[in-house]
Amino acid sequence: MQEQQISIQDIEGRGIPLRGNDIDTDQIIPARFMKRVTFDGLGEFAFYDHRYDDEGKPTKPHPLNDRRFKDGSILIVNSNFGCGSSREHAPQALARYGVRAIIGESFAEIFAGNCTAMGIPAISLPHHDIEEIMQTVEHDPATPITTHISDQVVSVGEHRYHFDLSPAYRNALLTGAWDSTSLMLANLEEIKATAARLPYISSFESVEVS
Amino acid sequence: MAENLFNKVWDLHKVKRLESGQDQLFIGLHLIHEVTSPQAFDMLRERGLKVLYPDRTFATVDHIVPTASQERPFGDQLAEEMMQALERNTAEHGIEFFGLHTEHQGIVHIIGPELGLTQPGMTIACGDSHTSTHGAFGSIGFGIGTSQIRDVLATQCMAISRPKVRKIDVSGSLSRGVYAKDIILKIIASLGVHGGIGYAYEYAGEAVRALSMEERMTICNMSIEGGARVGYVSPDQTSYEYVKGRRYAPQGESYDRAVEYWKSIASPEDAEYDDVFELDAGQLEPMVTWGINPGQAIGISEPTPRIASVDRGHREVAEKAYAHMGFNEGEPMQGKPIDIAFLGSCTNARISDLREAARYLQGKRVASSVKAFVVPGSRQVAKQAEAEGLPQIFADAGFEWRGAGCSMCLAMNPDKLEGRQLCASSSNRNFIGRQGSPTGRTVLMSPAMVAAAAVTGKIVDIREHL
Ligand code: SF4
Repeated sequence: MQEQQISIQDIEGRGIPLRGNDIDTDQIIPARFMKRVTFDGLGEFAFYDHRYDDEGKPTKPHPLNDRRFKDGSILIVNSNFGCGSSREHAPQALARYGVRAIIGESFAEIFAGNCTAMGIPAISLPHHDIEEIMQTVEHDPATPITTHISDQVVSVGEHRYHFDLSPAYRNALLTGAWDSTSLMLANLEEIKATAARLPYISSFESVEVS
Repeated sequence: MAENLFNKVWDLHKVKRLESGQDQLFIGLHLIHEVTSPQAFDMLRERGLKVLYPDRTFATVDHIVPTASQERPFGDQLAEEMMQALERNTAEHGIEFFGLHTEHQGIVHIIGPELGLTQPGMTIACGDSHTSTHGAFGSIGFGIGTSQIRDVLATQCMAISRPKVRKIDVSGSLSRGVYAKDIILKIIASLGVHGGIGYAYEYAGEAVRALSMEERMTICNMSIEGGARVGYVSPDQTSYEYVKGRRYAPQGESYDRAVEYWKSIASPEDAEYDDVFELDAGQLEPMVTWGINPGQAIGISEPTPRIASVDRGHREVAEKAYAHMGFNEGEPMQGKPIDIAFLGSCTNARISDLREAARYLQGKRVASSVKAFVVPGSRQVAKQAEAEGLPQIFADAGFEWRGAGCSMCLAMNPDKLEGRQLCASSSNRNFIGRQGSPTGRTVLMSPAMVAAAAVTGKIVDIREHL
């Protein structure tokens, strides 16, 4: 896992264009590969059924099998990416494959939450920007891509695309405060105070029966 | 302005606003299972952290347990390892574990309500996307990933942004042969699999009020298939009565006070919502999916959609769906032969589902071309079914009766589709490969429709067979 308090600034790399809407987490990592008690080694099973043939060879046409994109670390996707099961095995498999940022039209909520918790920026851009970036990368896979978290810009070769992150989330990435465990545990007194005011934690003693 | 349940419960559980812009939300009940928790416990260990509220955390085992024989050690070494990891983790941290050594093991979303752990006005989290099921009680259930499980274990909180709330107002009443499953499939087909992103769904209206708790759970369960992480029904007498007397429910005077609290968090008539969607239950017919996501569903009398009539953005997925399923546009789903009938999962494996299927199956036989099996959602469901003689009815009809677990809802245990088999399934996901074969095909429908498909050997309209 990522160590705590790591600041995420600029992420530079090459792109991997992965076309298709509604790519669910069962596609990203089939359930049978989740039968393990750690996330180690999950990278090789990313998109397994799309990549490997019946003999277990990576021969199917898929961007992760495409030599041109083999050095890519920035995944470019379409809409509703990561829908379906909540399995963090999906972003973990991508991270272990080498993905460090994902740029797409939209993301399923739990998937985006998992990425946030892992310090992998999931960045949304409009459809036409994504199409343009995909075409650029498909045309020239060596095109350098950089996601600048501080000024909220993705640069793809000569082109620059602006994206929006909430100021607080951006700040969290930049300062390392995306590590939610430490952030929340610092509020231990407030946690206890909240628990104390919840009726069901104290046998509903505070509730008046009319 | 009158607040809806969601906002009231959220505010009550909000610890504070975080620097990240999200809210830190206290989680009243944390449910864990064997697949998504071991890595979270490892993360705690790496950081030297403890479980903050072990008495608000409960565990069971469901995804990987074999359903044919539940003898230990499991034949599958990896499944056995996962089981042992959960046993170790729960023992080490003092967490109650409803494992195979207890009478209460079962699918996590079935045992929570059954034990009275799930109560109105709570926040509930579980490392499983169908945690929305618990919303049937007027609680707020969040499906979470492993890093968030770590957060909840360590802090009993999760960091999350407040979604908007959409009221789904279902008027009228269901006709014979049409069920809660059909309501939710229709909602997802109408609003799309992305429709609920950024929303919590409140299911309301006279049709929802008329439903039993088990039927409400079926609806809330599939909220996530429509993109809504949270789905709930504001609690009423039906909810209070279901909870009463259960093992972890408040007892005696404390129950009376609890009901007062539950009433106080219910959505009032004049509650405000960010959006409203209306549906007439009286217009519904049995639904079936024809494609590879739960939004690709139609009424049983409708033809499959023409690609040209599908929204531009969804055409590619529609084409992929036809290619995978081997169906054609504009043809009926009725009459398509099935190979497997699966009655199970956290969507539809509660006692009422089994009763409904058994009622239809009485005196009938499964077609010789079909392998049919029924997997009760929990050991308590199985016990109740046994008391009512249901396993015998299923067995006489040619259904295999299994032990409790997730079974063929997902391919993490020995129950799997083979090759291109077509499965009539009472579960919730028809994604490619979901049921274990990359070329396997899933058609989602209500339990009664699954039973009728098993007997006739093909997809039929249950209304013509009742
Ligand atoms: S029955 Fe299916 S959907 Fe429900 S918890 Fe198990 S695997 Fe998930």
